[in-house]
Amino acid sequence: MKRTALLLSAGLMVAVAHAEDDPPRVPMLRAYEQECSACHVAYPPGFLPPASWSRLMHDLPHHFGTDASLDPATAKTISSWLEGHASAHAAKPPQERITRSAWFQREHREVPSDAWQRPAVRGASNCAACHAGASQGDYGEHQVRIPQ
Amino acid sequence: MTRLFRLRPWPSAALALVACAAHAGAAEPSRGERFFNEKHGREWACATCHGARPIGEGRHAATGKPIAPLAPAANPQRLTDPAKTEKWFRRNCNDVLGRECSAEEKADVVAWLRTIRP
Repeated sequence: MKRTALLLSAGLMVAVAHAEDDPPRVPMLRAYEQECSACHVAYPPGFLPPASWSRLMHDLPHHFGTDASLDPATAKTISSWLEGHASAHAAKPPQERITRSAWFQREHREVPSDAWQRPAVRGASNCAACHAGASQGDYGEHQVRIPQ
Repeated sequence: MTRLFRLRPWPSAALALVACAAHAGAAEPSRGERFFNEKHGREWACATCHGARPIGEGRHAATGKPIAPLAPAANPQRLTDPAKTEKWFRRNCNDVLGRECSAEEKADVVAWLRTIRP
């Protein structure tokens, strides 16, 4: 019994340590994946706090310089799901940009500054350029390959 | 389809495609090609993301994400879902022209896309 409890708590510690490194992997809502991953990787909902998702979803016709408008019913479904799975502790980044979040900048502090501009990358919003598992929500360090 | 009518405040996909079809007889592929490749007073042309001859993969100008070919000859799924086609015309015309495209402009582009062969 004692041994089981010990094993369980060890398992829990591993789980907690993992959660601190990466946001939890949430199965993607089909509508979110379909509608939002046409132009960019389907960013995990845990990358932003609820207030940021709410703001973004209320202004889709002006979405970072492009029109990403949706019919109201689909927008509402996606918005509820994003806000329900959003980060409970991340601060609202400037302009709701994931890439300007404190955690994002901390996690990427070792990336050489020129790497962001390389032709195969083109910008910090292109997660999949370096994170091979990005479309499956896997941002683990072992999957990172920065294109030269 | 009834559901779609109820949900969308803008001209419904079905109606717009009917309008598109009405122009299809007069559609001009060469005009569509020119329209697709020209800029319309803004930063992007359609071709900026889709490529000048969209038989190959395009690339999103802002995010760098690959875009599947637009020409049905390379991508049979294209132009088969009217609501999807209309949604993308609405969004992308706003990005490229700052307004929705006319039924005639859309018909020209669709006619051109259908003529493209590998």
